[in-house]
Amino acid sequence: MQVVEDIKPCYPLFRSDDYKGMIARKREKFEEAPEKTKVDEVFLWTTTKEYQDLNFKREALTINPAKACQPLGAALCGLGYHKTMVYIHGSQGCVAYFRTYFNRHFKEPIAFIADSMTEDAAVFGGQKNIHEGLANASKLYGAEMIAVCTTCIAEVIGDDLNAFINNAKKEGYIGKDFPVPFAHTPSFVGSHVTGWDNMEEGILRYFTLNEMEGKTPGKNGKINIVPGFETYLGNYRVIKRMLREMGVEFTMLSDPEEVLDTPADGTYRMYAGGTTIEEVKDAPNAITTFLIQPLGLDKTKKFIENTWNHEVPKLNIPMGVEWTDEWLMKISEVTGKPIPESLTKERGRLLDMMTDSHAWLHGKKMALYGDPDFTLGLTKFLLELGVEPTHIVCHNSSKRWEKAMKKVLESSPYGAQAKIYPGADLWHLRSLCFTEKPDFLIGNSYGKYIQRDTLHKGKEFEVPLIRIGFPIFDRHHLHRMTTLGYEGAMYILTTLVNAVLDRLDEETRYMAATDYNYDLIR
Amino acid sequence: MGKLRQCAIYGKGGIGKSTTTQNLVSALAEAGKKVMIVGCDPKADSTRLILHSKAQATVMHLAAEAGSVEDLELEDVMAIGYGGVKCVESGGPEPGVGCAGRGVITAINFLEEEGAYDDDLDFVFYDVLGDVVCGGFAMPIRENKAQEIYIVVSGEMMAMYAANNIAKGIVKYANSGGVRLAGLICNSRKVDREQELIAALAERLGTQMIHFVPRDNVVQHAEIRRMTVIEYDPTCKQADEYRELARKIIENKKLVIPKPLEMDELEELLMEYGVIEQEDESIIGKSKAQEAALAAVA
Repeated sequence: MQVVEDIKPCYPLFRSDDYKGMIARKREKFEEAPEKTKVDEVFLWTTTKEYQDLNFKREALTINPAKACQPLGAALCGLGYHKTMVYIHGSQGCVAYFRTYFNRHFKEPIAFIADSMTEDAAVFGGQKNIHEGLANASKLYGAEMIAVCTTCIAEVIGDDLNAFINNAKKEGYIGKDFPVPFAHTPSFVGSHVTGWDNMEEGILRYFTLNEMEGKTPGKNGKINIVPGFETYLGNYRVIKRMLREMGVEFTMLSDPEEVLDTPADGTYRMYAGGTTIEEVKDAPNAITTFLIQPLGLDKTKKFIENTWNHEVPKLNIPMGVEWTDEWLMKISEVTGKPIPESLTKERGRLLDMMTDSHAWLHGKKMALYGDPDFTLGLTKFLLELGVEPTHIVCHNSSKRWEKAMKKVLESSPYGAQAKIYPGADLWHLRSLCFTEKPDFLIGNSYGKYIQRDTLHKGKEFEVPLIRIGFPIFDRHHLHRMTTLGYEGAMYILTTLVNAVLDRLDEETRYMAATDYNYDLIR
Repeated sequence: MGKLRQCAIYGKGGIGKSTTTQNLVSALAEAGKKVMIVGCDPKADSTRLILHSKAQATVMHLAAEAGSVEDLELEDVMAIGYGGVKCVESGGPEPGVGCAGRGVITAINFLEEEGAYDDDLDFVFYDVLGDVVCGGFAMPIRENKAQEIYIVVSGEMMAMYAANNIAKGIVKYANSGGVRLAGLICNSRKVDREQELIAALAERLGTQMIHFVPRDNVVQHAEIRRMTVIEYDPTCKQADEYRELARKIIENKKLVIPKPLEMDELEELLMEYGVIEQEDESIIGKSKAQEAALAAVA
């Protein structure tokens, strides 16, 4: 029982004898649970190759997805624009989910609007919701732009955003000149990555499609950066820093760095920073546009190429050494600005770090999962480090991802043993972690259940999770870190090597047994 | 090549939309136009006369087989038929399950993303299921899709009701975008004074009867061979009717926002042409016994 002087949280409270007894009695009397031996037997069966074969025959069912849905991505994209309120046309529960998802990852308040479609809206169409929603939203929240996307309900009944928003303007629910870009983002198509792409294209289209007169590539001398679904705030910062050091002027097309990292100074900021409408309108005048995560930006790329006439450079995500080199060299090539000494030095420091840690990382086997560009870039860097990727799961993969992944793996001897699993989920990965055990697993917080399950079989089967990815709910402030550029590579390298050393300490901490290798110096 | 014209064909179920569309499209193809038909009906019977097939494999069927739409290629879903006409069927679920409207949205998005609307095309025709029952079936008339709508109608009462309802639907989209009613196609059912009646209805709606297609059994003869009249018997009189319809559509410039009729107005029109009779309000809701009692009093 709890005592006022010593209130315990659920752990360790439920480990006390009275709770243990209560839980045992409940199990015995009311749960009709199978015998513990039976539970153990089934658990062990789920760790076998036989079970894995069945698991991979699953057709309709997804267990523990490693992706989220389109409107989540669309909402992040909208957040990155100056004084922009994200408006989600659809049901309330979906939007509450998007807010909490970002709350839990960024530890920040997140403002999105839902227009709360209910049964009558599902029958009669959601036009009325959009009319009243836009009227309220434009008056209440001091936004200068409302970015509209949709959830499943609106998409299944075929609501036409273009028509509804035009009607709302025509009928005076919202000012004719109030910017309301929009994107259809059916949750049952693609993933959060697709949704980000759709919203970005919707915003760029809204402000530039019919205003291309007098605009030519190169006119403003800047370059555009399209980040894609990016949740590491350090990545926005490092890209900006590298460009500033090069003296390259740029426009970040969606920049939520400020709004997702506001200070605690007594003032709540619903909006902070972000790309302005003027910057978007001027974006076609840039020399060209760089896509940071090119595997997930098909629609945006098409629009930029066809409407802005930009020659979008063919590059990979700037992760690891070589792809950051290529990225910087391309920036230098199109802008004519040389790569400064500071970046060359930074690169040198990274190489120094890689050499220092090499002995510990070489030949380590690591499984990983996440978004297409993230898994591709991380694989590239792992190979550069001499780490051997084993299982690479990308739930929201594409044929292009598969092709790019094969190419990268073939380029290094460390990639020879790796297998890619396009479209697989974390339950598939769980099987793989039992049957072909990697040394570590790299991914978001959801991987902790794989670590728990593998540990349950025995300490020697445990696959420790290294948290790099999105979402990370169970560790603090990692979203502020950096994974791109040389700086990002340093962070990844530091994280990986220290995970390896932590694990080694954990295994060698046993006095008079393994502590002959419990070294002070690693 | 001129600018691509996208047209949607609506009309009451069973009125002959698919037959009319395919014969019209054949006539356009014969005249050297490059045309694509997009069937927007889970029945998937919008392309059989062009392809001589029972039913074309549909986008949704193939997507379900492949696992998802993203796994499809354009060539999987597009067939080329008579006169080089490109054919696509959106397809959809069996009656009673799922959501056919979403199928239409998915299929049209797919075609757009895969570049089916290439610069070579002169016309795209959307053959849309009977009534515009949900937002999905209005997909073909969203912005940047079909801007011209033709309604197939006959002199029968329910067909005209349906045409008027469709006109109401068009108004919703016309006010916010560029979609316009381009005309009524009268597919004759040999109703008395049919031509005049539809011409009058067209006038009231603010549009035109673009062509009166007479009834001719050769259409059915061709149909059992899964052919259009244009292909089956190019010399027959009916083939010329479709050619005339095609010519008028090529030259059509009259695109309007329709003025749908109120129910009373429509009934008046029908009465004027003897399609329905003046109703006797005194007998409404009266049972036989009540009427007998009233008669006894009188």
